[in-house]
Amino acid sequence: MAKVPPPSFSGSTRTSGEHSFMTLKLIARRIGFLFMVIWAASTIIFFVPRLSPVNPVRERFSEIARLSGFAPEDLEKIIESFSKQFGLDRPLWEQYIDYLWNIMRFDFGFSLNRYPSTVIELIAQSLPWTIGLLVVTTILSFVIGNLLGAIAAWPRAPRWARNFSTPFVLFMGVPPVLMGVLLLFFVGFRLKLLPLGGAYSIGVVPNWSWEFALDLLRHQILPALALILGSVGGWVLTMRGMGITIQGEDYVNFAEHKGLNGVTIFRDYYLRNALLPQMTGLALALGTVVTSAIIVEGLFALPGVGTVLINAIRANDFPVIYGIVIFITIAIAAIMTLMEFLYPLLDPRIKNE
Amino acid sequence: MNAATATTRRTKERKRGSDQKQGAIEPVLRVRNLEVTYFTDAGRARALDDVTFSLRPGEKLGIVGESGSGKSTLALAMMRMIKPPGRIEGGEVFVGGTDLMALGDRAMREARLGKISYIPQGAMNSLNPVMRIGAQMEDAVRAHMPDEKKPQIVERCMAALKSVDLARSAFRMFPHELSGGMKQRVCIAIGILLQPQVIIADEPTSALDVVTQRQVMETIDRVQKQINAAVILIGHDMGLMAQFVDKVAVMYAGRLVEVATVRDMFTGPRHPYAKALISCLPNLDNKGVFQGIPGLAPSLLRLPAGCTFHPRCAEVMDRCRVKRPDAETLSDDRVVTCHLYSGNTKK
Repeated sequence: MAKVPPPSFSGSTRTSGEHSFMTLKLIARRIGFLFMVIWAASTIIFFVPRLSPVNPVRERFSEIARLSGFAPEDLEKIIESFSKQFGLDRPLWEQYIDYLWNIMRFDFGFSLNRYPSTVIELIAQSLPWTIGLLVVTTILSFVIGNLLGAIAAWPRAPRWARNFSTPFVLFMGVPPVLMGVLLLFFVGFRLKLLPLGGAYSIGVVPNWSWEFALDLLRHQILPALALILGSVGGWVLTMRGMGITIQGEDYVNFAEHKGLNGVTIFRDYYLRNALLPQMTGLALALGTVVTSAIIVEGLFALPGVGTVLINAIRANDFPVIYGIVIFITIAIAAIMTLMEFLYPLLDPRIKNE
Repeated sequence: MNAATATTRRTKERKRGSDQKQGAIEPVLRVRNLEVTYFTDAGRARALDDVTFSLRPGEKLGIVGESGSGKSTLALAMMRMIKPPGRIEGGEVFVGGTDLMALGDRAMREARLGKISYIPQGAMNSLNPVMRIGAQMEDAVRAHMPDEKKPQIVERCMAALKSVDLARSAFRMFPHELSGGMKQRVCIAIGILLQPQVIIADEPTSALDVVTQRQVMETIDRVQKQINAAVILIGHDMGLMAQFVDKVAVMYAGRLVEVATVRDMFTGPRHPYAKALISCLPNLDNKGVFQGIPGLAPSLLRLPAGCTFHPRCAEVMDRCRVKRPDAETLSDDRVVTCHLYSGNTKK
């Protein structure tokens, strides 16, 4: 038999210097794109509210005037002075340039409603609450949902484990508000197991003690449950669909032919591949965290970004609305950019070219 | 185990008595009365019916047959990888001295790749796309040798890659960075990692071009000689079989209808189905004439009575329609399941 020459690999290897140059160029391009997205979003955010005939300063002082009785000429003077102070009397393009410059410095100005506070102060105060609750629950429900979904599609899992996810799919149809109300009523009000609302017990001064941490945790359980119970089902269904496809793949079969144990096959061959499309879903879900925050934080009286945003909308507090919306935009764009960098690590077939 | 030892002794005596050439060599693989049934909604489909054969170390057996004749089911049954609704209903698969069918789940897992390995049609996607080739080899070794140190494991993998003519750099690569032929060779390398006694290659060259097919077959041939394993090659490319294997088995509707050496099979097939198959092969003398076998392969759900081949058989007799033929051992390397040869079993 003729000797077969060993195959060469010359085509598929790249020198490391070339590689790192490519990576640098790529990072620069991705970050450039990130700034483009933020710029485009902030421009839309700047112009759209200005199409509305509402003058926020006039709105606010008309209301105060109606309640406490100013003389009309004084009102006009006050409005003029405040407009000057907030720069609302200058030409639109000047305001726009200023606005962009301020965004770059994360300076969203003062809150109209809670005047001495700046927007970034309000965000900084409320953000930890939202991140603490919403990001943790999103990740928890991602982990629980995908694990249950993967087990639901795994033919060698025991029957009880495969059916464990069914109630979560049922809960999916219950909106988080209703779920929250039900939990509040039964667990909080009837059984009195957990507090009804607030971030921590009234009268307690936040401090670094275990008692306070426990108190904090007890207040977060019901809102967290309201969010998790409703969102696990979605992950279960999508993961189960992926799992059914992956478990029929040749490499899962071949893994069994190799004599690997069930856990290794499940983790390295099945779950690892089925999770890839789910990661995109996770990035998207993290982006919509604030949307669900508005409802749940409102219901449970938590001092998060959602509550701040709702109050700002009620009070026509434009700088705060701007600030939060821009902040969310930056956060989502940043998460997406991060995901783009992570994808090639998760799936080697995806190359950053 | 008593029955098993008795069988072993019987075989031993028979071998000793007859074959001069290889009589001293014990078969390493003995499959006896293997039966697999698929329980489908439409009824029971008997996919393997009373399959019996044996192989000596270093021997290469080709299994050919139409689609649905049970070739792949046979391979899966030997690995005990038949999935529901299929079930192994009975039979023995002895590798060395162990009956795989009697092993517990854990022992069976250790036997896979350790004693008997399976090389899939790997050109497409038998390798995990998100793991490096090396990791997919290492986990296989580690599953069987939990105490082995990492450098030894890597060395073993590298040796396997070398013996299939792949560069060491393949170890660090991902499957998508390899060509179809290279991926197939990786599968072969994985198959020989633990130097099994039996290697089953299930259509290892389909979806490859002819040049790569030849390279892959030569690779299998070389590594099986290195470790002196018995090889079962499943496929429907008779030409490839003729060049590569020592013995050919023809399957029809879940039964082995004829097992013979390559020379015997191609020059003088005995079973009417094998005869028809061989005469289908293209021939320069009657170029342009397509030979076929009249009729279609029967549905496993509604098998004809008697011999399952009788509706398509050119030499059909009355008893073929009512009586199921038994396997007749015409000589040591030749078994035919046909009424034409009933009672001809060599004593």
